[in-house]
Amino acid sequence: MTVQLEARPPVVPAPQRSPGRLSRLDTRFSPYLYIAPFFLIFGIFGAYPLAYTFWVSLHDWDLLGTDHPFVGAENYTRLLADVDFWHALVNTLGIFVISTVPQLLAALWLANLLNRGLRARTGWRMAVLVPNVTSTAAVAIVFGVLFGREFGMINWLLDLVGMDAIEWKSNRLASWVAISAMVDWRWTGYNALILLAAMQAIPRDLYEAAAIDGANRARQFWSVTVPLLKPTIIFCTIIATIGGLQLFTEPRMFHSGTNPIRGGTLRESQTLTMYMFENAFAPHYNFGYGSAVAWLLFALIAIVAAVNVLILRRLGGGDRPQKGTAR
Amino acid sequence: MAVFPRRRLAAVALAATTALLVTAGCGGGDEPGDGPVTLTVDVFGQFGYEQLYQEYMTANPGVKIVERGTGTNLDEYSPKLTQWLAAGRGAGDVVAIEEGLLVEYKANPANFVNLLDHGAADLKGNFLEWKWNAGLTADGKQLIGLGTDVGGIAMCYRKDLFSKAGLPTERDEVSKLWPTWPDYIATGEKFVAAKTGASFLDAATNTFNTILLQTAGNSSGYSYYDTSEKLVVDSNPAVRQAYDTTMDIIDSGLSGKYGSWSEEWVSAFKQSKFATIACPAWMTGVIEANAGTGAQGKWDIARVPGNGGNWGGSHLAVPKQSKHQAEAIKLAKFLTSAKGQIGAFKAKGPLPSSPQALDDPAITGATNAYFSGAPVGSIFGTGAKSLKPVYMGPKNQAVRTEVENAVRTVELGQRSPAQGWTDAVTNAKKAAAK
Repeated sequence: MTVQLEARPPVVPAPQRSPGRLSRLDTRFSPYLYIAPFFLIFGIFGAYPLAYTFWVSLHDWDLLGTDHPFVGAENYTRLLADVDFWHALVNTLGIFVISTVPQLLAALWLANLLNRGLRARTGWRMAVLVPNVTSTAAVAIVFGVLFGREFGMINWLLDLVGMDAIEWKSNRLASWVAISAMVDWRWTGYNALILLAAMQAIPRDLYEAAAIDGANRARQFWSVTVPLLKPTIIFCTIIATIGGLQLFTEPRMFHSGTNPIRGGTLRESQTLTMYMFENAFAPHYNFGYGSAVAWLLFALIAIVAAVNVLILRRLGGGDRPQKGTAR
Repeated sequence: MAVFPRRRLAAVALAATTALLVTAGCGGGDEPGDGPVTLTVDVFGQFGYEQLYQEYMTANPGVKIVERGTGTNLDEYSPKLTQWLAAGRGAGDVVAIEEGLLVEYKANPANFVNLLDHGAADLKGNFLEWKWNAGLTADGKQLIGLGTDVGGIAMCYRKDLFSKAGLPTERDEVSKLWPTWPDYIATGEKFVAAKTGASFLDAATNTFNTILLQTAGNSSGYSYYDTSEKLVVDSNPAVRQAYDTTMDIIDSGLSGKYGSWSEEWVSAFKQSKFATIACPAWMTGVIEANAGTGAQGKWDIARVPGNGGNWGGSHLAVPKQSKHQAEAIKLAKFLTSAKGQIGAFKAKGPLPSSPQALDDPAITGATNAYFSGAPVGSIFGTGAKSLKPVYMGPKNQAVRTEVENAVRTVELGQRSPAQGWTDAVTNAKKAAAK
């Protein structure tokens, strides 16, 4: 209390006078206290599981067993020679490409539409976000039924227009497309809003100047809007990369019946996270092996993120720097 | 000026951090008190216990029973249970364990209460001998679970579709159509030729497992693993024989390819898309739940081709993590008593594993209205006491998944029968080694 009383009187600024030890300590250390909650939570839910998973991955760890012998890097060497692991990796990257490219293009197109003078503009802008707030599991179950082989609506529509039914769940490419459709349905609107925000930050006079130079709307879009959106597009790509490489709920719920974690009889749409689950939990319960998958997935995401950062530096630094562009 | 609010903020931040740590430190701690005890029962599929819970709660006013999992399939249930056991919390007070997974759980018996320490030894005579033994660990010193049901097998069929195809519909005549599996296939070919718009059977995988368990039960007594726990998937003739018969079924175009337990499978029940399904006793409850009241009286039950067989059946166990072990053991004993097994049978059809229950007129004389009044008691009950169990090895579930998956790839036309067999053997070995 005395310290507070001491600290209060100097109304006249006296910056050089020592403000008391306690308040100096306060100034120095309280910022750390403010940010402590984040780091504590990160420590408990982020760093600790990460380290523990690594520890587990060095053992032959039966989930229910009491003995966990140390095996060193054996899980990793086995994993690198495991064809199913590489198969899952290809699936993950394939689904990522098939979902992300059309998703960003569609988001760009949507954002461009929403950027015009529409009636009930806010309503439209809110509407594109609605798919994002629905439960992923619910979306996946509904899409799983839509893409059913015999009772699915998509195949029924194909039949109406005289096309052959597609084996959505047992054809590798078709299952990738179906799962990408789910991902896009959910995330296109979200990306559209981010791109829209960036578009609104582009100064109007650039368009006016372009119009005076005789550029039509399409030309303005490709020569003014898109270049200025580059950083935002890269941001969206990074977010999509992280989500895409960890894709789990959609492909998992897409399949039902016996052993759905396999992602189809021939693992047509089994992603890396599903392969991790299959090994760490049912039916193998090999926690050590599953943890090794988790760590390789972590390494993969780190590599892809690093590549993204490199591209970002190159594109962001090279072109004209635009301060107004929202990120 | 600035010092004062900042300090207060610091205090708030400190308090918040402490609060977080405290809440993170102790998750729900419902200590056993004097108040009513809530027992959680974890099941899958259809155990038919609702009525029995009511009865038990009336007799024991201090106990409240909550059940989780009716209608879920085993592939969803078993990973959850394993995670709860591994994590040391989350599992129910009484948990159901299917026979194929029992071996894996028995390998780590420390997760469960030893029922022999709680007077279960006196109950031995209440169970078929092999069912009792299945609940014991290899050294015979710990009893993990008390038997619920056994899976005597029959063949369920749709009378309306049979009549549409010009086949007999009366159950004894239908049984005469297929003394053996080749006869079953021949009947199926006639059915398909009649073009009813439905397939003859649901999916090849369920039929494969039925044939395998039947063939194995009638010969060596083991399927994927021999009794010394060596993987014999490629050398046990029973596996190959079941595979080849299943290939004939697929070849004759009898399967509707509705992957077992999938959404499509359930839709196919509702839309009457197949005429027969291999039917362990517990399957009758599944059929009723999937096909719904609309199909009441359209189903009936005939003998299974070949000779008998047992598929499935479960045990009830009490995890060590349960906070109400004594009450849970009492409930498990009640549910697995002859009386409890009869109650479950009447509700959802799982066939008792208690010889007393099997002899009870309530079972011998039982009929099932949903299945056109079929005498389920005599269809499943006769021969139940002479059922020959099939030995299951340590990674039975993982291996079975691989082999059935290979059958499914052939069924879907992704693999030839020969390729499918190679896959089955290779993948089964890989799974067993994991």
